[in-house]
Amino acid sequence: MTLTLGHFLSLGAMLFALSVIGIFLNRRNLIVLLMAIELMLLAVNTNFIAFSYFLNDLQGQVFVFFILTVAAAESAIGLAILVLIFRNKSSISVDELNTLQG
Amino acid sequence: MSQTLSVYNLMAVPLAPLAGALLAGVLGTHFGGNWIGRKASHTLTILGVLVAFGISVGTLMSVVNDGAHFNETLYTWLSVGGLKMEVGFLVDGLTAMMMCVVTFVSLMVHLYTIGYMEEDAGYNRFFAYISLFTFAMLMLVMSNNLLQLFFGWEAVGLVSYLLIGFWFNKPTAIFANMKAFLVNRVGDFGFILGIGLIVAFAGTLNYAEVFAKTQELRSLVFPGTDWMLVTVICICLFIGAMGKSAQFPLHVWLPDSMEGPTPISALIHAATMVTAGIFMVARMSPLFELSDTALNFVMVIGSITALFMGFLGIIQNDIKRVVAYSTLSQLGYMTVALGASAYSVAVFHLMTHAFFKALLFLAAGSVIMGVHHNQDIRWMGGLRKYMPITWITSLIGSLALIGTPFFAGFYSKDSIIEAVSQSRLAGAGFAHFAVLAGVFVTAFYSFRMYFLVFHGKERFDQNPDAHHDDHGHAVDAHGHDDHHHTHVPHESPWVVWVPLVLLAIPSVVVGFLTIEPMLFGGFFKGAIFIDAEKHAAMQVLAEDFHGPIEMALHAFSSLPFWLAVAGVATAYYMYMVNPALPAAIQRVAAPVNTLLENKYYLDWINENILARGARMMGTLLWRVGDETIIDGAIVNGAWKLVAWVSGGVRRVQTGYLYHYALVMILGIFVLMTYFVWLK
Repeated sequence: MTLTLGHFLSLGAMLFALSVIGIFLNRRNLIVLLMAIELMLLAVNTNFIAFSYFLNDLQGQVFVFFILTVAAAESAIGLAILVLIFRNKSSISVDELNTLQG
Repeated sequence: MSQTLSVYNLMAVPLAPLAGALLAGVLGTHFGGNWIGRKASHTLTILGVLVAFGISVGTLMSVVNDGAHFNETLYTWLSVGGLKMEVGFLVDGLTAMMMCVVTFVSLMVHLYTIGYMEEDAGYNRFFAYISLFTFAMLMLVMSNNLLQLFFGWEAVGLVSYLLIGFWFNKPTAIFANMKAFLVNRVGDFGFILGIGLIVAFAGTLNYAEVFAKTQELRSLVFPGTDWMLVTVICICLFIGAMGKSAQFPLHVWLPDSMEGPTPISALIHAATMVTAGIFMVARMSPLFELSDTALNFVMVIGSITALFMGFLGIIQNDIKRVVAYSTLSQLGYMTVALGASAYSVAVFHLMTHAFFKALLFLAAGSVIMGVHHNQDIRWMGGLRKYMPITWITSLIGSLALIGTPFFAGFYSKDSIIEAVSQSRLAGAGFAHFAVLAGVFVTAFYSFRMYFLVFHGKERFDQNPDAHHDDHGHAVDAHGHDDHHHTHVPHESPWVVWVPLVLLAIPSVVVGFLTIEPMLFGGFFKGAIFIDAEKHAAMQVLAEDFHGPIEMALHAFSSLPFWLAVAGVATAYYMYMVNPALPAAIQRVAAPVNTLLENKYYLDWINENILARGARMMGTLLWRVGDETIIDGAIVNGAWKLVAWVSGGVRRVQTGYLYHYALVMILGIFVLMTYFVWLK
C-alpha cells in the first residue's frame, strides 16, 4: 500500500479534531488546554509537510519551522501565565477560571 | 349736549369705577398697607360710580334727544394676520340704557353697602370688588366688538366668583363660588366657540362689520353637515347666555350664589350680570333673526326656565333663595321674549326687572339685618310694624314683579306675553302656556314670601336656631345694642332705606314712562334688528298699543291680571287664613314636594352623573392611559425590554475559555462552509 496525500491529510484532520475536542471537553486542567493547542499546531504542521512533499515545494517545510518556533514561544508564555494563575488562585482548574463573565 | 359724543366722556364711564376699585382695593386693604380707611374707600368708590352714572345719564339724554351715535375703535390691542383685536365703544340706545341701569343700580348698591357691611372686616375689599364689577359690566355693555364683550363677560364672572366667596371662611360659600365658576365655564365654552365661528367665517370681531356680512353668512352651511352656519353660531352664543343668564339647565349656580352678601345678590345676581346674556342676544339680533331654529331653541329654554324655576320658588324658605328663583323665572321671561323676536321687549323687561328685583333683594337684605341675620321666612312675620319703609318698598317691588297694572313690571311682562302669543315659531304654544302659568306662580311665591315676612303672627322669637347662626358673617355682630338680646326687629339705618326708596320710584313709574319710546318709538333703531316679515310680533304689538294708560286699563279684563290676582289670593288664603293648609298639601303631594325640594334632581345629576362621570373618565385615563400605557408600557417598558434581552444575552457570556474557543471554532466552520461550498 502506498501512502497518498489523503492519508496524511486524514491524519492531520484527526489530530486537529482530537485537539478541538480536547479544548472543550477538558474541564479541569489548564495544562491539557495548552497541550491541545500544541497538538492543533502539530496537525497543521503535518498538513504543511504533506503538501510540501507531494507538491515538491520546500516552502511548506520552511513554514513548519516558523510555526514550531512560534509554538515554542507561545508555550513558554502560556506556561508563565499558568504559573501566575496558580499563584493567584491556587488552582489551574478551567472550571474556576470564569472571570471573563460579564 | 352736542350731536357727537365725546370720546373722553365715554372713556371716563368705565375708568372712573376702575380707578375707585384700584384705590380702594390696593390702598384700602392689607395689600397696600391699609393706607386709606373705610370712609375714604367708600367715598372714593361711590364718587367713581357717581361720575359714571352722571355721564351715563348725559349720554342717554343725548342719544334720546339728538339721536347721537358713537362707534369708534380706540385702541388696537393686537393684530394677527387680518384679524384685529381692538378696544372700542359702541353707543346707541341699547348701550345707553344699559349704562344707566348698571350705574344706577350700582350706585344704589354702593350706598346700601355702607349700612349692610358696616361691621364687616372686609369692608374696603367689598367696595373694591363692586366697583371693579361696575367697570367690567360697563366694558361689556359699551363694547363695539366681540372680544371686548368676552373680556367684560369673563371679568364680571371673575368678580361674581370673588363676591360669592366673599366670606371665604364659610365652606358653603366656597362651594357655591366654585360651582358658579365651573357652570359658567360650560356656558363660556359655548360662547367662545360661537365667537370663534364668527371670526372664522366673517373674519372680524367688530359688531358692525359682522352684521354687514349677514347676507353672506346666511347662505353658508356648517362644514361637513347641512346645518345652517348661522344656527350653529347662534346656538353656541346662546349657550354662553345660558350660563351667564342662568337658563335651564345651566341655572344651578344662581340659587347657590346667594351665599354671597346681599348687596351683590342685588347688583350682580339680579340686576346686571345675569342679564348680560339677554343683552348679548339682543345685541346679536341681526344674527339670531336669520335662524328660526335658534330662536325656537331660545324660546323653549326660556319658557322651561320661566315656569319650572318659579315652582321651585314656592317651596323655598330662605328669603334670598325665594328671590333668587324669582330672578331665574324672570330671566326665563326675558329669554322667551328674545325667542319671540321681541328683543326690545326683552331689554325693556331687563330694565324694569333690574329696578324691582334689585329693590326686592335689597329689601330682603334689610329684613335680614332687621331680624339679626336670620334668613328663614318661617321665623319672621309681622315685620310691617317694625320696619315700615322696608315693608312699603317690598310691597311695591312685589307688586311690580307680579305685574300689577301701572307698575313697571306690568308693562314689560304683559308685552312679553303678548309678543309670545303672536309668535309663529313651533315652540310658541308651549312658551305661551309657560309664561301664562308663570304669572300665577310668580304671584303666588312673591306674596307667600310677602305675607310670611311682613304679616301674620310674629314668629321671630321662636326660631330654634336663633343663637346658632349658620348664616354668619366673618364678623357677624350686626347691632351690638340691646335689640340683639331681646330679638325685636328694627328698621335699618338711612343708608339702607334710601336706596330702597330710590329704587322703588323707578319700580313704579319707569314702565309707564318708557314703554312707548322703548318698544314702539325709534329708541333701539340701529341697535336691534327684526326681520318684520318673518317675525311680526312687534308690529302687532305696536298696532294694538294705544298708550300706557289704555294698556293698563285693558289689563283688568285680560287673563294674566286675573291669574296674578288668583296667585295673590291663593297665597293669602294659604298663609294668612288657613296656615295649616300648606303642610297638608305637602303631605298629600309628597312626591311632587320631594321633586321640588331636590330641585328636579339637577344638582344630583350634575354631581353624580356629570361630575362623577368626568372623575371616572379622569381616573380611567389616569390609570390606563397614564399609568399603564405611558408609564407602564413606554417608559418602564423600554428599560424592562433592554433588561430582559440583556438578561438572556449575558447567559451566553459564561466566562469559560473553552466556551469561547468552541464558539470561535464553530464560527470558523460556518465561515469556511459558506466560502468553500456555498459561494
